[in-house]
Amino acid sequence: MKRRLIATGAALALAIAFSTWLNQPELAAEDIAPATGASATLEQVTAGEYLTRAGNCGACHSAPGGVPFAGGRRIATPFGDVYSSNLTPDDETGLGRWSEADFYRALHLGQSRDGRLLSPAFPYTSTTKISRADSDAIFAWLRTLPPVAQVPPPSTLEFPYDSALALRVWRALNFRPAKAADIAAMDRGAYLVEALGHCGECHTPRGRLGGLQTASRLMGGPIASLGWDALPIAGPDPAESADRGDAERAALLKTGVSRRGAVSGPMSEVVFHSLQYLRDDDIAAITAYLRAQPLAAPPPAPRVPQVSAETAKAQRREGATIYREHCESCHGGEGQGRPSIYPALAGSRIVNAVSATNALRLTLAGGFPPSTEGNPQPYGMPPFSHQLKREQIAAVLTYIRSAWGNDAPPVSVIEVERQ
Amino acid sequence: MLHHDALLPSACRVSMRCLSTVTRWLAAGLLLIGSAARAAEPGTADPMTERLAACAACHGSEGRTVGDTYYPSIAGKPARYLYAQLVNFRDGRRQHTIMAAMLANLSDRYLGEIATFYARQPHAAQPVFDGATAEQLATGERLTRQGDPARKIPPCQACHGEALTGVEPAIPGLRGLPVRYLDAQISAWKQGARRATAPDCMGQIAKALTGAEITAISAWLASQPYAPDARPATSLPAPLPLDCGGVLP
Repeated sequence: MKRRLIATGAALALAIAFSTWLNQPELAAEDIAPATGASATLEQVTAGEYLTRAGNCGACHSAPGGVPFAGGRRIATPFGDVYSSNLTPDDETGLGRWSEADFYRALHLGQSRDGRLLSPAFPYTSTTKISRADSDAIFAWLRTLPPVAQVPPPSTLEFPYDSALALRVWRALNFRPAKAADIAAMDRGAYLVEALGHCGECHTPRGRLGGLQTASRLMGGPIASLGWDALPIAGPDPAESADRGDAERAALLKTGVSRRGAVSGPMSEVVFHSLQYLRDDDIAAITAYLRAQPLAAPPPAPRVPQVSAETAKAQRREGATIYREHCESCHGGEGQGRPSIYPALAGSRIVNAVSATNALRLTLAGGFPPSTEGNPQPYGMPPFSHQLKREQIAAVLTYIRSAWGNDAPPVSVIEVERQ
Repeated sequence: MLHHDALLPSACRVSMRCLSTVTRWLAAGLLLIGSAARAAEPGTADPMTERLAACAACHGSEGRTVGDTYYPSIAGKPARYLYAQLVNFRDGRRQHTIMAAMLANLSDRYLGEIATFYARQPHAAQPVFDGATAEQLATGERLTRQGDPARKIPPCQACHGEALTGVEPAIPGLRGLPVRYLDAQISAWKQGARRATAPDCMGQIAKALTGAEITAISAWLASQPYAPDARPATSLPAPLPLDCGGVLP
């Protein structure tokens, strides 16, 4: 009898603890200062436009070909698609009836005006670190947009990921609102990287349930559902000398190209819509902060089919021929590229990444770096998906990944087929 | 009624000042390319050729494709038509994975310069398509030249020029294109996979055509010779029979 009582009591206590954990009482305790009702100043609106750029809000909150900030862009996740919300001041479908306090609650707590919890596709694990003053400025600028009536399509999340319970569990596991003291303690570089820029949302790998793996903070890894790998960004760039590293990384972020490299894939979008507009001192703050970050554990290596030494040897022989015919005229006989025009392949981070994903995507589909003020007419990489056979793609990449001091595993035909 | 925002990138629609953006970028492109051509030493390649090596992989060197291919020749097409297509691919009104990814992060200005570059390239003579049946040729020629007034289908010439070589600055020519490309594009319009800015006149016309008629029109068009010196007409002989959002005044 007594034992039964203890068991029941323990179960009850556990249930209460679980439901408390699930309900995140710290959220209810958060003190969100009410809106002042004062009208925004011109300085606030101007600052808000810049901060909105730095946060790259427009990239997700605008559909291709749609009205900017009216939402509706499809955001693919491993659990289904979600669609971005309308940030224009439309009363019925946008933020028309919101106050600054409502807006800050969304950024800081991931909670909508009506109390609904927001999907973590909206990166509130980072936006929680945005200061109230900056949140108010962003809101003030958004209020200047013409209102557009547009409701995003419903999300297509699969069961159980579409349930409120799943969202609560995810939040309890992965989300803590930032403390005011921690926000105030960040320097400019930390604030731009960790809060506004939300760099870690892609550059820190995610676990199976989509939580950020902080043990590998800023060490890159696959971006689920985009099909690209984020590069590691913590610490100095190993391909650059210590005295040039910051300048080269700054050029890459500001213009899309550096002396030896170019951004590609989803990072092109970030430079195109956001980073090219940042002031030089902010870019410098970002590069200084990234360089100072400790190297954490690399993300787990991708599981790829093994290539036998014999096959790799044959691939390298064939790849060298393919390289001379198709690649050398731009990337050079020694993989040296041409400064700020064609990326160097010798020593390249993309080429030497354990995962061949980005190298494969670039070779198959080609692409342009973004056109920016500093590099308005970028040179493009041709797509080779219909010029070279899968075996040839695997061979030439295996060659490039072992030539000129490069050292990365060979690429199998199956990896090419998976793309 | 003509829609001014037809060719405008989304970012421009919020501002009236942007209304002449297209014209300005195209003019800037022409100036830039013009001055670059003057500055270049004889025998030096236009740097745009090298910048656009990615395009040449499918569309051929300087935008010319010849012979048995799906990819259309883009050399010599009207500049504003090319610009509109680049924007349409980028903004999702035309569907092509590689094109969309290529153009996703290119500025309106660069797209204008790319369009101007290809518009200035001479096109190549194309071999004519010889795989059409007599019936297809008859149907294709009738619809192309006369349309079908009862079904409100205008003749192709009414918009694409008397010689079907297009009309400056925004209407493309229909000669010298691969038969597979023509068929795929008109069919895509019929199915809504290819769109222009509303009012989408080609969409209306294509939806009124049957699949067999689209095949016949494509076959007849591809069977017509395309002289190397053919140029787009400089103006329309008469107002357009339909409202077309993709055509600026």
